[in-house]
Amino acid sequence: MTALLEIRDLKAEIAGKQILNGYDLTVKPGEVHAIMGPNGSGKSTLSYVLSGRPGYKVTGGQALLAGADLAQMTVDERAAAGLFLAFQYPLEVPGVATMTFLRAALNAQRKKRGEEEMSSPDLIKRVKELAKILDMDMEMLRRPVNVGFSGGEKKRAETLQMMLLEPKLCILDEADSGLDIDALKVVSNGVNQLRSKDRGIVVITHYQRLLDYITPDVVHVQSAGRIVRTGGKELALELEETGYARYQSEAA
Amino acid sequence: MSKAQSTPTRKPTDAEARFAEYFAARQAEGAPQLAELRTAAFDAFAKTGLPNRHDEAWKYTDLRALLRDVKPLAAPPEQSAKEAARQAGRLPGVDARRIVFVGGYFAPELSDLAALENGLSVAPLSQALAQGDSAATALLGKVGKIDDPAFALNTAFMGEGVVIRVAAGKQIERPIHLVFVAGPKPASYFLRSLVVVEKGARASLIESFEGAGTPEEYLVNAATELLLEEGARLERIKIGREGSAAMHVSTFVASLAAEARLDDFALNLGGALLRNQSFVSLEGRAAHAGVRGANILSGKQHADATLFLDHAAERSESKALFKSVLNGSSQAVFQGKILVRPGAQKTDARMMARALLLSEGAQANCKPELEIFADDVQCAHGSTVGAMDDALMFYLMARGIPAPEAEALLIEAFVGEALDAVESHSLREALAGLVAERLRG
Repeated sequence: MTALLEIRDLKAEIAGKQILNGYDLTVKPGEVHAIMGPNGSGKSTLSYVLSGRPGYKVTGGQALLAGADLAQMTVDERAAAGLFLAFQYPLEVPGVATMTFLRAALNAQRKKRGEEEMSSPDLIKRVKELAKILDMDMEMLRRPVNVGFSGGEKKRAETLQMMLLEPKLCILDEADSGLDIDALKVVSNGVNQLRSKDRGIVVITHYQRLLDYITPDVVHVQSAGRIVRTGGKELALELEETGYARYQSEAA
Repeated sequence: MSKAQSTPTRKPTDAEARFAEYFAARQAEGAPQLAELRTAAFDAFAKTGLPNRHDEAWKYTDLRALLRDVKPLAAPPEQSAKEAARQAGRLPGVDARRIVFVGGYFAPELSDLAALENGLSVAPLSQALAQGDSAATALLGKVGKIDDPAFALNTAFMGEGVVIRVAAGKQIERPIHLVFVAGPKPASYFLRSLVVVEKGARASLIESFEGAGTPEEYLVNAATELLLEEGARLERIKIGREGSAAMHVSTFVASLAAEARLDDFALNLGGALLRNQSFVSLEGRAAHAGVRGANILSGKQHADATLFLDHAAERSESKALFKSVLNGSSQAVFQGKILVRPGAQKTDARMMARALLLSEGAQANCKPELEIFADDVQCAHGSTVGAMDDALMFYLMARGIPAPEAEALLIEAFVGEALDAVESHSLREALAGLVAERLRG
């Protein structure tokens, strides 16, 4: 079976500073991986490199999405190919109506994949269903994208986008930051609904807390720009006990 | 306002000489009622000549240097030009009363003057003058005290346009759409309109300038004078879609009586060189003027919005917001002056100009000014010049939206802040449609 995500010896830098140092990771369809690590270990960098954020430069190795080389794709092509990055801090987009944004995103992806575009009534219906699951007021979705949303509301909106776009691979960057416990449950519930045998999910998190709600199949510890340990979900609990200190010294 | 600093001995430029020549030839014809007005205006123009960069009000748009040649005054259009203009300027979803001018001449067969609403009168300027509309004659050139060479030229040469009057208390729902379509040949057009909205009346006016099918060089000098009586309201939309080699200079003069309200929005999309100058006087207590605009420019386009807001009475309000989107080596100029006269206490005036530069070669010049002679007022002005937000571009693209579409969405959002002030939903949508078409077309 082709891996959904295959990262081989990936090296990347920003502004001349190397952040990823020979990163290896394989995510197969149906798997949920958690990547944990101390602040500054390059967790967000990994998500930006994979999604193609300008400024991040790959200097070695490879990252393949369902066998296709991500480095050969533009940011929007990666999204259309099935990569979704849920931002740690979703951006406010003043002046762009949420529905306009969702329609543009979904239909651009569909068009690129040679699929039929979704009609506006179908889109509205689908968004209403998702809003209900995520306990979001439709009134919020009549506003410009994320404008005036609290941290928790932004994460719900981000999860709604992800559920609507139905990506092959979801990368959640610090999905729990800024969430109170109720919001955390709602967002986790949304993510869990996306779990399927065809989809891969990578949860990047500093804390174990989120993993109480999204149970990973595999847990990795990242330090100094690469994975230093891999285990099952019990590894997350161990980290909660011992902290990251030993991994930081190991890397140094 | 403009104070030209020409030396009397300066040799006229070719363009100035051409204007003098045309004026001498023109004097023989034309409506006699206006002869005195025209002559005075031409004399005023001749004294200063074309404005240049030493005139503060024309600092960034040196008309003397830019206007090398003056095309002949427009001759009546051929039938084919009228046929070609049949669909010009139509705004999808907007049911407007179209008054169409082709090549500077009124085109009755393309215009809808039938079944005018009770209290509305609309007549071509030539007809109003021929029928001895003495009220119009008395008002032309007198709505404001404007000392400006481009406006003086307009008065000297004014050709066709409309006289609109809305009777006291009447609410005219259907917008009146003046469509000025350029002819196919190089020419100079001097268009002049007069609008009077009487006490408590309300109307909506669209002026669109269409020349997209004309690659030739031509000059449009347009002027609209507006008198809003007490409590009167007008929403005015100006759309500029001139041809790629066109020079368009327009002057808007508005006088607002007590509690009158003006909402003006100008959208510039076409043309090579554009100058929109507005002189808005808030003469009466608690008058309100919203003056907004957006430029979407590319190539070598140059667009100058110059605004003078004169607060002459208590509790008057003005809100000005101009947005420019610039690509290629285009240039946008915003000059805005707020004057608060002695006694105009409790004035609330806000002015903002924002430019979005999409390329290295694009340029925006903003010059806001305040001159305040009252002590209990709120006035604010500002300007910003920025580039496309890379983080937002990344966010949109990370959702699968290709770069050109992501950019178009963000530009629409930028322009939308000004466009949102357009009260009529159908007009706002139509304008948004024009912006979308310009960005994606």
